[in-house]
Amino acid sequence: MTMAQAASPATLFDKIWARHTIQERPDGATLLHVARHLVHDGSRAGFRALQEKGLPVRHPERTFGTPDHYVSTKSHDLAAIAEPNRREMVTALTANAKQHGITLFDLGDVRQGIVHVIGPEQGITQPGLLMVCGDSHTATHGALGALAFGIGASEVSHVLATQTLWQSRPRAMRVAVEGTLGAGVTPKDVILAIIARIGAAGGTGHVIEYAGPVFRAMSMEGRLTVCNMSIEAGARAGMVAPDETTFAYLRGRPYAPQGAMWDRAMAYWRSLPSDPGATFAREVVLDGAAIEPMVTWGTSPEDAAPVSGAVPDPARAPTAERRDAMARALAYMGLQPGTAIEAIPVDRVFIGSCTNARIEDLRSAAAVARGRTARIPAMVVAGSGLVKAQAEAEGLHKVFLEAGFEWREPGCSMCVGMNGDLVAPGERCASTSNRNFVGRQGRGARTHLVSPAMAAAAAIGGRMTDVRKLMAGGA
Amino acid sequence: MRKFERVEAVAAPLDAPNVDTDQIIPARFLWRARADGYGALLFNDLRTDADGAARPDFVLNRPACQGASVLVADRNFGCGSSREHAVWALADAGFRVVIAPSFGDIFFNNSFKNGLLPVVLPEARCAELRAALARNPGAKLVVDLEAQTVTGPLGVNDGFGTDHFEVDAFRRQLLLSGMDDITFTLSQQDRIAAFEAGFKADMPWI
Repeated sequence: MTMAQAASPATLFDKIWARHTIQERPDGATLLHVARHLVHDGSRAGFRALQEKGLPVRHPERTFGTPDHYVSTKSHDLAAIAEPNRREMVTALTANAKQHGITLFDLGDVRQGIVHVIGPEQGITQPGLLMVCGDSHTATHGALGALAFGIGASEVSHVLATQTLWQSRPRAMRVAVEGTLGAGVTPKDVILAIIARIGAAGGTGHVIEYAGPVFRAMSMEGRLTVCNMSIEAGARAGMVAPDETTFAYLRGRPYAPQGAMWDRAMAYWRSLPSDPGATFAREVVLDGAAIEPMVTWGTSPEDAAPVSGAVPDPARAPTAERRDAMARALAYMGLQPGTAIEAIPVDRVFIGSCTNARIEDLRSAAAVARGRTARIPAMVVAGSGLVKAQAEAEGLHKVFLEAGFEWREPGCSMCVGMNGDLVAPGERCASTSNRNFVGRQGRGARTHLVSPAMAAAAAIGGRMTDVRKLMAGGA
Repeated sequence: MRKFERVEAVAAPLDAPNVDTDQIIPARFLWRARADGYGALLFNDLRTDADGAARPDFVLNRPACQGASVLVADRNFGCGSSREHAVWALADAGFRVVIAPSFGDIFFNNSFKNGLLPVVLPEARCAELRAALARNPGAKLVVDLEAQTVTGPLGVNDGFGTDHFEVDAFRRQLLLSGMDDITFTLSQQDRIAAFEAGFKADMPWI
């Protein structure tokens, strides 16, 4: 590796940025090589712009696709997408992949799923690669030590045409979580606690490296959940340095290197972790032991409180601007200041999304649902066909079905509702997704972001419920 | 790409932090083709009731804000989803400039591709400008990309003035010339091909 790392200690981010830099202009604009590009059924506009310019895809072998946003979760038969305009989003991806020779995990293929679930699952996502996708949750892939970020439709067409991207260099930020997590506290709670601390714009202009003992001990699935929501803190990307957990996860996956190539790749991967003494523009430290199961009460992911807490009072906000924003959020959410989080009734539960639809998420929710009964409609949407098959092999689908949860086909589903899986106006949903924005799950929908275990507990209780009480054996 | 030099236009204040792209353009409209236009759908759920009636309290529905091409917003404008449709909706509705203390990164990048200039000014200064616009409905701002300045209406002080802003030099150059960046990048073919050869030699497993 001809990397200029002798000069000064470099961060994980610095090393990947340097390795993919084709050209840095004197004005700072950097032309970056894109090692792998993911596309989905929302990428139609990017392909169309390419077509209008009459340009080919420069590297179809570095481009991988799957339909996820518009697919029906009731059936993967194309006809199940009732609306022709939405069905056309899916068929356009199939046609574009075929025309340009792009690898596609299409409907009917067990490898189909949410693009941010299948990238790591297939071993397409690897340490030290610069990856992009026309979706903001591309930060997910940073869990394996990749530098991965979301781009818009124009940038998608730029990458398709040139396999490059112009970027200005973000700053590196380090978020360390020290100590260990308590029982019932999950990676979702960790990232919600981080966003509550630094704010929804706390990472703007930065790439976050998650470091410290809590992340070192965390599974790959957990790291994917944490990195996924980096964008909710405003960060361009989130990453975790590759380690034995990463290598064990990758080994043997279809698109991971094999044999002698594995050893060569390992030499590169082992060179990636931030050097001792590398500097970060900003550092934040949290105590893992102090993190509780978290619940959002407002309309920004920064509006999160521990389950033992209460809905905050706008009157106590530090600034007038914050007071107004909180009051607006509480009016939309139909909540009163001072209400105990556990006193919030819930109408519906969604377990799924690129944040929390991996096998560990489903195991964690099933452990809570086992032998109990949901009081409200609850839906489980696995992140991919392979996750669904694994869950079924473990009998998790039976646990959910016996508890009255629905068991659906893979897709983005109720996280964003583009496929018609919507929360009704005024309805309150405990959701394992990533955004509690106004109207995100449907016009007038009220979203509370929680972990899969907390979502299952809400389904059982019909209200926000501290999952630790159910774990202790009480019902 | 649409060229940007200087805009003199009515400015509208939008007083909320974290205005996300789901609010700028709700997800249920994203299947529409770019050519169909998104201007009428800008801020759809803030601008109209569920039955489609205009909400008179929403700032862009006020008579003084009709024809506005400059939006003065708050912290973290355009956060959330990468949907470029948010920029298309603003551009199609006639907006050429959004001024805010900070932006969602992807929205920020998308803006330049569509001739929409995102201008970063300090948080307190954005608040002053919004307050000045609230006191002077329909006031026009001049945004000059060449000079990198935002200037208030001539002869009106009242919280306006001249603000200098920083902008990435490369993007400024593309906007001023109206050059498409794919065309520019493809002019660097040799450099890209040489890099790719080295990358492939170093990382043959990709």
